[in-house]
Amino acid sequence: MSGMIIETANNKWEVICGLEIHCQIISKSKMFSGASTEFGADANEHVSFVDAGMPGMLPTLNKMCVRQAVKTGMGLNAAINKYSEFSRKNYFYADLPQGYQITQFKYPIVGEGKVTIDLVDGSSKDIGIERMHIEQDAGKSIHDMAPDKSFIDLNRAGVGLMEIVTKPDFRAPEEAGEFLRKLRSIVRYLGTCDGNMDEGSMRCDVNVSVRKVGEDGYRTRCEMKNVNSVKFVVQAIENEAKRHVEVYESGGQIAQETRQFDPVSGQTKVMRKKEFAHDYRYFPEPDLPPLILDDAFIEEVKKEMVELPDAKKTRFVNELGLTKYDASVLCENKEIADFFEAASQGRDAKKVANWMMGDFFAMLNEKKIGIEESPVSAENLGKLVDLISQNVISGKIAKDVFVLMVESGENPEKIVEEKGLKQVTDSGAIEAIVEKVIAANPANVEAYRGGKTGLMGWFVGQVMKESQGKANPGVVNSLLKEKLG
Amino acid sequence: MTDLTELTIAEAREGLKNKEFSAVELNKAYIAAMEKKREYNAYVSETPEVALEQAAAADSRYRQGQAGDLDGIPLGIKDLFCTENIRTTACSKILDNFIPPYESTVTAHLKASGATCLGKLNMDEFAMGGSNETSFFGPVKNPWSKDMALVAGGSSGGSAAAVAAGICAAATGTDTGGSIRQPSAYCGVTGIKPSYGRCSRYGIMAFASSLDQAGPIAKDVRDCAILLRTMAGYDPKDSTSVNAAVPDFEKFLGADIKGMKIGIPAEYRVDGLDKEVAAYWDKAAEMLKSRGAEVVEVSLPHTKYALAAYYIIAPAEASSNLARYDGLRYGERVNGRHLDDMYINSRSQGFGKEVKRRIMIGTYVLSAGYYDAYYLKAQKVRRLIQQDFQQAFAKCDVILSPTAPTAAFPIGDENMRKDPITMWLNDIYTVAVSLAGLPAMSLPIGLNSAGLPLGMQLIGRYLDEESVFKAAAALEKDAAFKRMK
Amino acid sequence: MAVDTETVRRIAFLSRLKVEDDKIAATEAEFNKILNWVEQLNEVNTDDVEPLVSVNETSLTLREDEVTDGNKSAAILANAPQKEYGYFVVPKVVE
Repeated sequence: MSGMIIETANNKWEVICGLEIHCQIISKSKMFSGASTEFGADANEHVSFVDAGMPGMLPTLNKMCVRQAVKTGMGLNAAINKYSEFSRKNYFYADLPQGYQITQFKYPIVGEGKVTIDLVDGSSKDIGIERMHIEQDAGKSIHDMAPDKSFIDLNRAGVGLMEIVTKPDFRAPEEAGEFLRKLRSIVRYLGTCDGNMDEGSMRCDVNVSVRKVGEDGYRTRCEMKNVNSVKFVVQAIENEAKRHVEVYESGGQIAQETRQFDPVSGQTKVMRKKEFAHDYRYFPEPDLPPLILDDAFIEEVKKEMVELPDAKKTRFVNELGLTKYDASVLCENKEIADFFEAASQGRDAKKVANWMMGDFFAMLNEKKIGIEESPVSAENLGKLVDLISQNVISGKIAKDVFVLMVESGENPEKIVEEKGLKQVTDSGAIEAIVEKVIAANPANVEAYRGGKTGLMGWFVGQVMKESQGKANPGVVNSLLKEKLG
Repeated sequence: MTDLTELTIAEAREGLKNKEFSAVELNKAYIAAMEKKREYNAYVSETPEVALEQAAAADSRYRQGQAGDLDGIPLGIKDLFCTENIRTTACSKILDNFIPPYESTVTAHLKASGATCLGKLNMDEFAMGGSNETSFFGPVKNPWSKDMALVAGGSSGGSAAAVAAGICAAATGTDTGGSIRQPSAYCGVTGIKPSYGRCSRYGIMAFASSLDQAGPIAKDVRDCAILLRTMAGYDPKDSTSVNAAVPDFEKFLGADIKGMKIGIPAEYRVDGLDKEVAAYWDKAAEMLKSRGAEVVEVSLPHTKYALAAYYIIAPAEASSNLARYDGLRYGERVNGRHLDDMYINSRSQGFGKEVKRRIMIGTYVLSAGYYDAYYLKAQKVRRLIQQDFQQAFAKCDVILSPTAPTAAFPIGDENMRKDPITMWLNDIYTVAVSLAGLPAMSLPIGLNSAGLPLGMQLIGRYLDEESVFKAAAALEKDAAFKRMK
Repeated sequence: MAVDTETVRRIAFLSRLKVEDDKIAATEAEFNKILNWVEQLNEVNTDDVEPLVSVNETSLTLREDEVTDGNKSAAILANAPQKEYGYFVVPKVVE
């Protein structure tokens, strides 16, 4: 897919975009203290003296946060830096107790990498990862509890974050959307972040600029902070790019600034300008020596790596014969992929895939439930496909059986047995029905024999109807052909 | 009966073990002295009730024969160490009413071995100063000055003065650029700054994290050895603490120093060096030589840049470390129209002049565009200073120098008041050692013609407190310094 | 590198400290004096010298991921100048 081009009377403009994504690390305790990361506690309950920035308190680094970062780095096909350093980013804010954020600046734990995204036209594109570093989250300021006061809760202060910075490789808003879906899929596969943008455990900052097609270098970019859904990211890029073009076309200039995306209007607006610009005064964190990873640590993490969506997809296509489209749908979510693998174990995977892509997903959608809540287990779905393959039931009957499985949660064999839905394959019994149908419809028999071979389908339907759907369609077909001549 | 406050820790411990007096009696003697000698302004909080309760508990342990190393020994604690449920202010208005709900690791160690707490000792505000004049509670008076006119030195001025005046058996101090050694020299007592990382910084309010180090100030070398053994040790709560075994420093005392190489740095004969100090320096070298040590000349060419490097690095770290004092979660709040106003009001009224000066310098040297020219440059010079010492220690085992270029100076000295740099120059012999993280002890060598004590500094290799204690014990014996009565 | 009045104001704000208007000139002068003094470091050739951040150049030790702290909001809030419903309270934050 080619990028988004904004055409005006005299120019063609292309969109340049990069993303910075904050992912909350899954760990039991905080990055620099032993307080819990659990969500939903009473105010200031999951807070240690370290998190509250009490005098004399010192940070100690959580091993899990480092492991999760290394694992995520591997998932982004990125270089793992054996040497990294923590720095302090200094600024005053109500929910930043120390007056600085411990982050990584000059030496991040993860270096360059790449993520391949699939585009709707079937092509794929590599998005470069610039770096990923780890840092602590801030607390929460609540401004709407009283008119003249703000309330501070430090439960989130100190929870580990991974900040992933992409290269400015996006050329269309939808590419950024696809990247976010892909990233979410990767971190969920890895179990390093739950990827929920609406709950804020994955937060996205968007950098946008435009340039004339063919122009070298980049023009001034604007940053939009905390855009909190894939849809809004796409919208923000599109509208911000259009704004840039309008400004340039009317002879204006774009100022480098931080803007706020308004989800209601879909537009961006400039944030109030501060009296003085921020100056974060980064310097190496003197309370923490450099973080040096040895080979053993990295190997240990490597052993815990799971097969990621891309590798799984390739395997599904190459080894199981799935179409690229089916494979990518089944791989986007690890739970779905696991379900599919369990259901297709030892069977025709393509048939299982068809069932999942069809009736199964339709059922989940209709019930608005996730795969983990499905009343039909992977094992039972597999058995249903077996019943079809072994000609115990027809595909049509199988759809009815599936409905019964959804209602009861029972296994299909039991349902077929109890409801007497077993397919009739006995050609003698089918022959009798065929003969009955032929005898009852002489006009159509004549027409068929006169060359209207399209009537075959009608005959099959009649036989099936007569057999209450239990006749094996293959047998019906061949008998009809034989009898009709 | 002898005055119990004249006993060293080693002597008092013997007396307690032999039941010559009880811990309560010992503590009562110190409490009486403390109350009698308030004119020195050494204590900012007195906690006689705490000391007596702890002393009673110590006595019962003595009766049960389960006494710890320091059971019943009355200590004064520098007000930079957080002490649980005891007001801790760093001698700053901004923490005037701060009561820590936690205990520093160093004081916890002392408590665990039975030491009692007489109170919190005066110091320069946040340990920033060399005369104790920056304390919110006013300067400490040097007990040696006849008319209360001289400074006790700083920043651990209260600690040194209290030990000299016999109003605690010993005290804790902290040293960032000389804050244990310089006041020890001015007050005729013995203090050691151990190697960086020997003592945990957990619970000590941070001034400059890469330099701050706790240590004891005591009546003699042996008491320093006894205290340091208890204070030191690896602490998982401080990532910069060193995971090295803590030797029994006492066993190094009285060792033969024959063949030990004593380095005399040629560059330390600076212009401002007092003639009497210089004479004592030569005399000290002679004393060691007469015991069979070999005196060698060493070169520390970058020492003259140590002060400038220190006055970039220390304020830089301090500007960040003191950002947490914002009137939000603890400490003095001065309200304002909005959050930034509250910050500015609280900090402007809560911090004293020297602290504000250093915060602003630190902010400047870290700010965009100046980082490389100041902070990074200073760190490179710091490396050269460390290398100087490494090269010197290839030729010697300890380095001997004066602790300060002069004896104690008058409170309110006009030159120093007008020009902060004049005050900073008193640290010339101590800061280089701090930048290199080396262990160094100051011990009294004699009195000058005005009857004021002068101190000598012995510097050791990183983690080689052993050589420092050996040489210091020998020098102490020969100097035969008479403590204040 | 001499600082000017604007820089003093900017540094004061970054530090969240107030320098009264009548003190700006004196602060500026003192700043320049100190900076001039520390600039003696420029005499030192530091080409190819690695900066020394801390003398402790060992690697960071890592803590096991266990919940060992928290659940003490009373102690966390004990010294707070203003608190309500378990929160720290500040004047309205203006965005």
